[in-house]
Amino acid sequence: MSDTPPLIAFSHVAKSFDGGRVKAVDDVTLDIAAGEFLAVVGGSGSGKTTLLRLANRLINPDAGTITIAGEDIARVDPILLRRRMGYVFQSGGLFPHMSIAANIGITPRLLGTPKPEIAARVDDLLDLVQLDRVQHRDRFPHELSGGQRQRVGVARALAAKPHIVLMDEPFGALDPVTRDALGADYRALHARLGLTTVMITHDMTEALLLADRVAVMREGRLAALGTAAELSRSDDPYVGELLGTPRRQAERLHAALSRNGTP
Amino acid sequence: MNLLSDPRWNDAIGHLPDYLGNHVRVSVAALVLGLAASFPLALMARNRPVMRSVLLVVASIVQTVPGLALLALFYPLLLALAALTSSWFGLGFSAFGFLPAVLALALYSMLPVLRNTITGLQGIDPALTEAARGVGMTPRQSLTMVELPLALPVIMAGIRTAAVWVIGTATLSTPIGQTSLGNYIFAGLQTQNWVFVLFGCIAAAILALVVDQLLALIESGLQVRSRIRVTAGIAVIAALIAVALAPSFARTKSGYIVGAKTFTEQYVLAALISQRLQAAGLPATTREGLGSNVIFEALVNGDIDVYVDYSGTLWANQFHNAGIAPREKLLADIKATLAQRNIILLGELGFENAYALVMPKARADALNIHSIGDLAAHAGAMSIAGDYEFFARPEWAALKKAYGLSFREQRQMQSNFMYAAVASGEVDVIAGYTSDGQIAKYGLTVLDDSRHAIPPYDAIVLLAPRRADDAKLKAALQPLLGKIDIALMREANLRASGTGADSLPTAVARWMWAKINEK
Repeated sequence: MSDTPPLIAFSHVAKSFDGGRVKAVDDVTLDIAAGEFLAVVGGSGSGKTTLLRLANRLINPDAGTITIAGEDIARVDPILLRRRMGYVFQSGGLFPHMSIAANIGITPRLLGTPKPEIAARVDDLLDLVQLDRVQHRDRFPHELSGGQRQRVGVARALAAKPHIVLMDEPFGALDPVTRDALGADYRALHARLGLTTVMITHDMTEALLLADRVAVMREGRLAALGTAAELSRSDDPYVGELLGTPRRQAERLHAALSRNGTP
Repeated sequence: MNLLSDPRWNDAIGHLPDYLGNHVRVSVAALVLGLAASFPLALMARNRPVMRSVLLVVASIVQTVPGLALLALFYPLLLALAALTSSWFGLGFSAFGFLPAVLALALYSMLPVLRNTITGLQGIDPALTEAARGVGMTPRQSLTMVELPLALPVIMAGIRTAAVWVIGTATLSTPIGQTSLGNYIFAGLQTQNWVFVLFGCIAAAILALVVDQLLALIESGLQVRSRIRVTAGIAVIAALIAVALAPSFARTKSGYIVGAKTFTEQYVLAALISQRLQAAGLPATTREGLGSNVIFEALVNGDIDVYVDYSGTLWANQFHNAGIAPREKLLADIKATLAQRNIILLGELGFENAYALVMPKARADALNIHSIGDLAAHAGAMSIAGDYEFFARPEWAALKKAYGLSFREQRQMQSNFMYAAVASGEVDVIAGYTSDGQIAKYGLTVLDDSRHAIPPYDAIVLLAPRRADDAKLKAALQPLLGKIDIALMREANLRASGTGADSLPTAVARWMWAKINEK
């Protein structure tokens, strides 16, 4: 992966809030390859969400540069930049006064795509995220379950056919079964559509199961970066701590399941 | 008498197209102006905390000014402005009626719109505005596609509150010369025509409710994206405005406008003058319930053509003369001052409506009080009531000075309630009017002003400058001059304060004309 040029590159990026008192992101350098699924893990306040918001210029860095396909995004119109990237929000972020179809079709509409084309695209996307088009198209967000809303959120992020999808704890508020199904479904979409995905999560298990690589953030700095196997070899105590929980869970599950399997 | 068969209902209904039409016009214009001003301000202020608090504080202060006072303040303000523009650009405008009413009411409507628009926009979940940016909306798109639609229920609630306030407060625009449903209320209150008062209140309430419900219909239509409801609501409001505008187009042909102040005698005399003009083939309408200071300026500016004023009022209030002059000198003086302003003093009607201290005859006799001088010794233990103007007028200062009067208590009252109040002993003395029929009705006596502290108050007919050479007008009014003596006016006023159909100002005016011709 290191021989292909990075699609997204953070270079010595820093961002602080409250007049410099809170260093949310502190000198982060990070390359994300085209087609990669990167999970960013960290506790609350670790700077992981700030990192994501910097990527589509919802906020601008104090220092450092971010490039996408080699282009410095500081020189790109932020509005156009955002329309080119998919963004899945924490609790869906669906507009409550718009139908599901209108929510999904919002970015194409902003781009001036003709209406019939948007309608066709919305139907395709509903298929893609496995929601029945006839049943869901004209409904409103409050009529849907949390899982369905998040599927709509994913569909909306994909509507303008972006190459990059940014996800901010997309499955955090869902029950474990729905969460697992949605995660797996999205991972399949990621592969099928050739996307590059950056997903924020506080759940190491989810990160390890879905992502190609995991970046660990701590106090604004990049504490570790690598595949599951690479991380497991890390001697960073914080990374070890983060890996402890999934490891123990896996062992206990393994033990429980094998005991039940051999009575 | 059966309340519903009262013929005054018919009279009230007859005025409805005019009053309601004017009321709707002034309210709609004020609301549109208020919205046009406050909506952009609210949008500008939503992300500027300092501007936001300043706006809300100013709007709140405006709201605490009583509606009547706010309307009254706009009249002199515009008058000064009109004088300024006419001297600078040679372009004057009427500071009377519509314009001050619209401006004051628009100002009044701003608080609910400002407050609700700002709160509505601030109450939106930040996650949604972030999502709006995240999907690639510009700030303007975020506002129109996400923030405003989401804040709409709160904003509409503000607009509905503003509409109800404006429609209610518009009834107070009558004294500054804007015809409204308030004409019923002011006229009814003055002539004790409770049918009118009730009718005006009910009509204003129904109008407010209807408009509120139509706005609610539009709001719910916007919520559930029902084009039918929105269209229906807008269509009915548009129809209402169209109906309100229609009669004004039909009636714009210029006629003579007869002004009347806010008391019974003025309503009757305005009706009498207007009937005389019509009899002479001159189209005439009345503009009633005008404030004492508004009416004179309205005549100067040609907003009204003719009205009856009183020599002492002009002498003291308009021309700010101190002290007092004998009747003939005072009249000549006034005539000269009026001429400087091109106003025609056509002549005297023949009676005087002066302020006078009045008390029950029996009590006066018992205390051996016959003149104000006799009263002074008892005043310290007595209470006095006057109308809303009296205690601020120069006559009161002159009386106090001339006789050394000092009462235990002084109270302000609606003028036509004073007589009953003094008759029942609620107060001891009142500052009544010499031509009021209630003096005889309640067995009251007028105390002698032996030191002539109160100037003479001869009723005089004034014509606007533009009618200076109007021979027809002068001829039509000539038969009234010198023909209305104090006895006739008192009886007319007493009749007008009754409650039957024959107590309507128009009916009393016809009775007066018959009496004048008997002589």
